[in-house]
Amino acid sequence: MQLTGAEIVIRCLQEEKVEHVFGYPGGSVLFIYDEFFKQDQIKHILVRHEQGAVHAADAYSRSSNKIGVCMVTSGPGVTNAVTGIATAYMDSIPMVVLTGQVPTAYIGQDAFQEADTVGITRPCVKHNFLVKDVRDLAATIKKAFYLAKTGRPGPVLVDIPKDITAQKCEFQYPKTISMRSYNPVVKGHAGQIKKALQILLEAKRPIIYTGGGVILSDSADKLTKLTRALEFPITQTLMGLGGYPATDRQFLGMLGMHGTYEANMAMQHADVVLAIGARFDDRVIGNPNHFCQVARKIIHIDIDPSSISKRVKVDVPIVGNVPDVLDEMLKQLDAAEAKPDSKALAAWWKEIEGWRSRNCLKYKQGKEVITPQYVVQKLYEVTGGDAFITSDVGQHQMFAAQFYKFDKPRRWINSGGLGTMGFGLPAAMGTRFANPKSPVACVTGEGSIQMCIQELSTCKQYRLPIKIINLNNGYLGMVRQWQEMFHGNRYSESYVDALPDFVKLAEAYGHVGMRIEKPADVEPALREAFTKHKSDLVFMDFIIDPKANVFPMVAAGKGLSEMILAEDL
Amino acid sequence: MRHIISILIENESGALSRVSGLFSARGYNIESLTVAPTEDASLSRMTIVSIGSDDIIEQITKQLNKLIDIVKVVDLSEAAHIERELVLVKVRATGKDREEMKRVADIFRGRIIDVTESSYVIELTGNTAKVDAFLDAIDRSLILETVRTGVCGIGRGDRILRV
Repeated sequence: MQLTGAEIVIRCLQEEKVEHVFGYPGGSVLFIYDEFFKQDQIKHILVRHEQGAVHAADAYSRSSNKIGVCMVTSGPGVTNAVTGIATAYMDSIPMVVLTGQVPTAYIGQDAFQEADTVGITRPCVKHNFLVKDVRDLAATIKKAFYLAKTGRPGPVLVDIPKDITAQKCEFQYPKTISMRSYNPVVKGHAGQIKKALQILLEAKRPIIYTGGGVILSDSADKLTKLTRALEFPITQTLMGLGGYPATDRQFLGMLGMHGTYEANMAMQHADVVLAIGARFDDRVIGNPNHFCQVARKIIHIDIDPSSISKRVKVDVPIVGNVPDVLDEMLKQLDAAEAKPDSKALAAWWKEIEGWRSRNCLKYKQGKEVITPQYVVQKLYEVTGGDAFITSDVGQHQMFAAQFYKFDKPRRWINSGGLGTMGFGLPAAMGTRFANPKSPVACVTGEGSIQMCIQELSTCKQYRLPIKIINLNNGYLGMVRQWQEMFHGNRYSESYVDALPDFVKLAEAYGHVGMRIEKPADVEPALREAFTKHKSDLVFMDFIIDPKANVFPMVAAGKGLSEMILAEDL
Repeated sequence: MRHIISILIENESGALSRVSGLFSARGYNIESLTVAPTEDASLSRMTIVSIGSDDIIEQITKQLNKLIDIVKVVDLSEAAHIERELVLVKVRATGKDREEMKRVADIFRGRIIDVTESSYVIELTGNTAKVDAFLDAIDRSLILETVRTGVCGIGRGDRILRV
């Protein structure tokens, strides 16, 4: 059957079982939007800014294992989307971005709303395509979905000129895709896995360190099984939280710049590190030279060979899909005669418990001023630890990561790699669409929330009962913290004067607003928001201690064990 | 160390910019880069000369392999290989310099491929060291223009790079 390019786009999305497309219409995508109008299988979610569409699609992916899809028009539609695309790329989030382009004959003519989309987005996508012939359209979209999800996942962009969406051709959706230039490894090398296991079983002071790869590959169960079988301590990166139950004794908390004392000390003093789907990021291991001072063996499982030995030299690299490698590892562990060295492990655990007893996350909640830690702690209790939590970027993000204990994967949605302020609210929207029955809270600050605040309007249109936990300290808190610690208390441009009345703002958008100023009101307000206002969006403006800082802290360029603790100050 | 990286890449528009963009984004250095289609018109062969430590070259090959359009990547300098580049030099050739130019070109097995009353264009192929030596051998003030293709290379004997 002959279909127009626009019809083909919709048919392809239907074939891929896409249920939601986040987007914003414009001149170049009018034919496609016309086709949206004529069908009701795919629901289009109209955002208020293209950045919101991309973050929402991104979080839709993060919080489910479906591929988020977004659509924007040419030129400014694309440039607005770039921040969102780069955010997804840095965290390896599978996503398909469909962009309109000016008609083929106009490309290169500086046409109205023309931008070199493929050129602009090239460094922040896994791959991108410009469709030049309507007969290539279906296969290109198929490739986009295939590339986004397989191997190391990532955003894939398809740029579609307007004339292509009007031209007709025979539609046939390819069932499979094979690309000679793209064959990601799945199974890990059995010999390497055997070697790794031998090292693990001989380890005296081992640690398991995992990242976003475990979440993205849905391997939390397998990781938990392996960790329990080995009885090793485990720590996770910001992106890895939820990959192992945070309430379990073997979990040492997050590591890195704002990681726990026990996690960072254990990482620094371990003799064997098993890294899984993590990339030894600068915020995670600090200075790689300090990290390598203690003699140790590093085993690294990752689907992306270029992540291995990039910042830290690895002894046993295992390239493969994490669940496949873990399966093989569990199988070999079952069959192995050797067992973990329980005597050495007992001594190691004793040392770790000593570090843990420092209770590095302790804080004092007085009667007058609300501390941010207390709010997150209460949020955790009120939601029973089972909500989806999105966050923006800054102090509140770290407090959320430290104090909300994630027992399940895909519950913690934040921009770890790019660190994009403005991510939280649109991410909460995408999360809610992917999980329409679950409570969703966005932990944010008065700085971040204002970067995509227009999405409150989208939330009203689609009746999204998100709970916004605004930790309002009047400062760009993380900037202020660094200025306090490293720039002689010169708070250059980090104080945000003239903040809006967030309660009235929420009400203006048709939502419920609350201002909470007393510690005693924190829990009752949260309970009210999650019960009485279960089906409303509640903007909770918590006026918190303007001086609160995030500890422990490893200053940039320092080694992991050189932590500043709250008690040191 | 200097490495010669050979790449087979899908012959599609934008493929070159994916490679050059990768090098600039990650701060890798490019000494020279050549590219042209192969006997299979759907593939291009690219030769990149880069200088870097072993760690960096390892990262370069891994990052190149990650590009979706790239079919194969080989570090030619890891084993026996041949490398050549072509240079075209336009020189002033008048008076006694005219005879001298011809002689130097002959010594380096260059060929004069364009002649006017006052100039020659000399064509010469060889590895980078030979081309450099040739250019050094000519009086610099007589060189009017030079064009170098950059290095292309191929493995010796059974080392074959193809799909």
